[in-house]
Amino acid sequence: MAKTKVSLTVNGNEVEAEVDSRTLLIHLLREHLNITGPHIGCDTSHCGACTVDLNGKSVKSCTVLAVQAQDGQVLTVEGMANADGTLHPLQQAFMDNHGLQCGFCTPGMLIRAQRLLQENPNPTEDEIRAGISGNLCRCTGYQNIVKAISAAAQQMNMKEAAE
Amino acid sequence: MNEQPSRKEREAALEGIGTSRKRVEDPRFTQGKGNYVDDIKLPDMVHGDFVRSPYAHARIKKINKDAALAVPGVLAVLTADDLKPFNLHYMPTLAGDVQAVLADEKVLYQMQEVAFVVATDRYAAADGVEAVEVEYDELEPVIDPFKAMDKDAPILREDIKDAKEVGGHGPRKHPNHIWTWEAGDQKATDKAFKDADVTVKEMVSYQRCHASPMETACCVASFDKINGALTVWGTFQAPHVVRTVAALISPLPEHKIRIISPDIGGGFGNKVGVYPGYIMAIAATVVLGIPVKWVEDRIENLSATAFARDYHMAGELSATKDGKITGLRCYTLADHGAFDACVSASKFPAGLFMICTNSYDIPNAFVSVDGVYTNKTPGGVAYRCSLRVTEAIYMVERMVDILAQKLGMDPAELRMKNLIKPDQFPYTTTFGLQYDSGDYPAAFKKAMKSVGYDALRKEQAKKLEDFKAGKSRSLMGIGVCTFTEIVGAGPSRVCDIVGLVGTFDSCEVRVHPTGVAIARFGTKSQGQAHETTYAQILSTEMGIPAADIEIEEGDTDTAPYGLGTWGSRSTPVGGAACANAARKVRAKAQKIAAHVMEVSEKDLEWDIDTFRVKGAPDKAMTMKEVALAAYSNVPEGLELGLEAVEYYDPPNFTFPYGAYICVVDIDADTGETAIRSFYALDDCGTRINPMIIEGQVHGGLTEAFAIAMGQIIDYDEAGNVIGASFLDYFIPTAVETPIWTTDHTVTPCPHHPIGAKGVGESPNVGGVPAFSNAVNDAFAALGGVHTQMPHTAPRVWEHAKELGLVA
Amino acid sequence: MLSELGSDCRPLAGGHSIIPMMKLRLAAPEHLVDLGGIDELRDISVGGGSIEIGAMVTQHELLTSAELGKACPIIAETSALIADPQVRYCGTLGGNVANGDPGNDMPGLMQCLNATYVLESSGGAREVSAREFYHGVYDTALSDGEMLTLVRIPTPPAGHGYAYSKLKRKVGDYATAAAGVIVSMSGSTCQSASIALTNVGDTALYAADASESLAGAELNDETIGRAASLAEGITSPVTDMRGSEEYRKKMAGVMVTRAIRLAAERAS
Repeated sequence: MAKTKVSLTVNGNEVEAEVDSRTLLIHLLREHLNITGPHIGCDTSHCGACTVDLNGKSVKSCTVLAVQAQDGQVLTVEGMANADGTLHPLQQAFMDNHGLQCGFCTPGMLIRAQRLLQENPNPTEDEIRAGISGNLCRCTGYQNIVKAISAAAQQMNMKEAAE
Repeated sequence: MNEQPSRKEREAALEGIGTSRKRVEDPRFTQGKGNYVDDIKLPDMVHGDFVRSPYAHARIKKINKDAALAVPGVLAVLTADDLKPFNLHYMPTLAGDVQAVLADEKVLYQMQEVAFVVATDRYAAADGVEAVEVEYDELEPVIDPFKAMDKDAPILREDIKDAKEVGGHGPRKHPNHIWTWEAGDQKATDKAFKDADVTVKEMVSYQRCHASPMETACCVASFDKINGALTVWGTFQAPHVVRTVAALISPLPEHKIRIISPDIGGGFGNKVGVYPGYIMAIAATVVLGIPVKWVEDRIENLSATAFARDYHMAGELSATKDGKITGLRCYTLADHGAFDACVSASKFPAGLFMICTNSYDIPNAFVSVDGVYTNKTPGGVAYRCSLRVTEAIYMVERMVDILAQKLGMDPAELRMKNLIKPDQFPYTTTFGLQYDSGDYPAAFKKAMKSVGYDALRKEQAKKLEDFKAGKSRSLMGIGVCTFTEIVGAGPSRVCDIVGLVGTFDSCEVRVHPTGVAIARFGTKSQGQAHETTYAQILSTEMGIPAADIEIEEGDTDTAPYGLGTWGSRSTPVGGAACANAARKVRAKAQKIAAHVMEVSEKDLEWDIDTFRVKGAPDKAMTMKEVALAAYSNVPEGLELGLEAVEYYDPPNFTFPYGAYICVVDIDADTGETAIRSFYALDDCGTRINPMIIEGQVHGGLTEAFAIAMGQIIDYDEAGNVIGASFLDYFIPTAVETPIWTTDHTVTPCPHHPIGAKGVGESPNVGGVPAFSNAVNDAFAALGGVHTQMPHTAPRVWEHAKELGLVA
Repeated sequence: MLSELGSDCRPLAGGHSIIPMMKLRLAAPEHLVDLGGIDELRDISVGGGSIEIGAMVTQHELLTSAELGKACPIIAETSALIADPQVRYCGTLGGNVANGDPGNDMPGLMQCLNATYVLESSGGAREVSAREFYHGVYDTALSDGEMLTLVRIPTPPAGHGYAYSKLKRKVGDYATAAAGVIVSMSGSTCQSASIALTNVGDTALYAADASESLAGAELNDETIGRAASLAEGITSPVTDMRGSEEYRKKMAGVMVTRAIRLAAERAS
């Protein structure tokens, strides 16, 4: 199979790789670029552990070909913290509210939550639950995840109001 | 001027037992810096993938590797014939049976491993798998466990055809029979039934389901040919057990095998057993001399790794007409699939099923379990089950509700009448289990009061009237569950693994000169936050802040031998080892402090983090100061250094308990069940970290919800596995998952150093019966007695239809 | 390009039907043609009595379009019931209506709305009604080399009532049974109704008789029950993990009943 060169921006860095046309975005990230935050949890595009932000949308990177991300902007959990190392309010809120246990769904959950709060900065509990319905978790029962996202939203809204 | 911190401040600085200490695991997980097995990349590493059987039962006629070997990137294709010279084509299971690593001559379940393809990357390996040609001659499968022991049933296990017993469990009555296990006094129980005013009997089935952690099973095996050393990173809940088993079946000695469990993305029992994928990765790396990675996909995980449950229990209760239960009887048919790979202590093939008398004072009981082979995936014990405790408690809790219905009694009232009273402790059950502590009535009363039980029953009665009058199509159900479960395997006189190693556990703690410490354990967290909570025990016991204590698990080269984490055993056994090791450290520290302060040991008293001289409180030495002294100034006859090891063999299991109440509203026209509320009260003894306990309960209840309301791994008549992908296997999203209300009581365990019992499995043990009782309860006044799980909308609708409730 | 490469070539829209099939090795096209760069396929326009939606418009865009929300709110209601947020960012209207998967929700909806599909090839363009487009499982009126580029919907009248009622096992699942209903009411009399069903047959089903039965009818238990019964009558659901054929048939009727009631409530 002939290789294709693909170039894109990941977490603010311009990267290039040679992939097969059938290589999935999740494998481009994990195998070629050593970005192992996003995980693989299923084979039928249900679990959302592979969720990244691609060109301003939450997408399941296991259901996108790497070549479709050509010239794209990808954000993964590794790119959520600030340049000075301080954490994104969502990352902090997950830690403060016990929003994770084994951590496997967490990278996808955080990146999805970040886009959710950009779509809807002040979501109700129901809206949060619907907003993360593409991300499965087996450990937490979601209750503290919802609490964390709500807390982060409040924090971010307060900060914005102050600015 | 330095102000001395107050007692309160010093205690807070410890973040010890009872604190909702934030997790030290979280920084790496929230920044994508976890270290899971599939994150591991080694130079020259290659990938392995399986060719799997499409048939449930068939002879293998021919395997043609040529096309696969011609696929670009494919390096090797291994079959059973390649393993035979090393006697590796079968491996021992943790139940005393053997399991095919690669199918030899016949396949026994759909998706069974037939060949292993090794290639340069995972895509090439998948291409290679597709290209392997296998010819089969189909055989008639055995799918219905009730037909497995028919006279003319096809014989599944030709490899053990002549074996009189399996795993040392006594005579087999049929080639597809594995063992019979019995407990209790059959004669006395039969008499109790004969003499009873009222008896009830019902077939209570607990369907085959699967723990399905978010991360599937995987490993990276790397053999260093020059040093003759094997390292395997893997999703192992019990890394030392894997090392010992690997040493027993391979030519490598145990000290040349290093097993590392890094971060594991959930286990729930699915990652205790040894899978063919691990063996093949090891075999391939030994042969090729380069690292080999095996990662299963989700469909493989759900179809071919250890399932849970599949117990068909004919439960019976006998009682007086006033509702005093006089006897329990249960005959169980256990479907074990094609190989008995059910993790169990060698004396207990049906696990701890004898917990089935539960929280009740039942004087007579007899249980009998027959394990049989079928053409299905092996396994059985997994999914937060505490070794068949989930099955036992489900059966008895359904039977109690069915008895209540027959007696015309409220199910809560019937339970209250039969609960073991606090003054009966320590209580020995009719099966010989010694419950050490508990106040069941207090817990149950608290639960009922918290949910407003009486008002709920009144509301239910009104809603029933509305339904009967045609004013409403909604049926309300209230599900009650009181449970005692048994965890913390276990005393080595009764519990062992592979007949060799007792189920103790261990802690090794070392304090450094600067007063900080490191501790290593034989357990292995898969999300339970041991790095956070073990440090809390150590900090309370040793007076060193938890933040100053590093916790390690999972590397068999450095961790003391342990039996891993499953069946909620880490707190009862690992936690006890932890506390005792810390106490040994403190005892030595006291000697050193006395020596340095030139007083006698008995003149010292311990105050949070400091040794004080009695009557002269200003004369004191902190643990931190003692640590430094330990490396330079110790009394005559005492060694330098400050460390301790404890191998803890528990004197007994522990018995966490609870009371759960669930309220549902069922739409009779669609069969959909809405969970209105769920209240869970757990007593796990001393609570080390309330935040983490709450998280464990939330997660366990969510799994229970999924099992009761939708999960099943099913097989059609031809043995095709149905529902083994996330398209069908019910994993609830945040939308379906109910909101959980949690509560607690605390009755410390008298035989545990810090009084803790463990809690991880309780929510699954108590949750499933609460949901199932709620659904059944909605129909109890309309003629419904029992309907089987999972309570999917179509099944509930069928039940409503059978009762004449649907047009 | 599609006509050049023939049947070994598939168009790639949102990718969330074809890529999952490729991962399971149930589909193995030699070539995929990515439609992502074709801007002409991404427009939504409302006006002049009709709504035109380009094939590459995503479910997320359908959900968040204020125009569509005003003119034809049943579209957003249905989109929200498809899959999950991530899939909706990628999944397209064209992808959902064109491949003939009886589980998809948009085909039934388009039949309910009496939509027309514009099919283009290197040889020109033609139009096929949604009610005539579906022949069987993965079997549609699309010929080789043809691609669906636009969906045209006659704008429902002002004050219309609407509902898409979907029974499913969990969020993101395909329908156990679903019904899309549009009604025009005059008091409690239904002037016209349009009813279509999802996933209870080899294709989406337009319930013509059921719809007809409500024209000019007073809406009550009897008339609604009759419409539901007529709708049930055209279904032939498969027995699968969502339920038996009998159950799913009955649920089609229940969904029709609930959708009619909700639509009538919303009408003005």
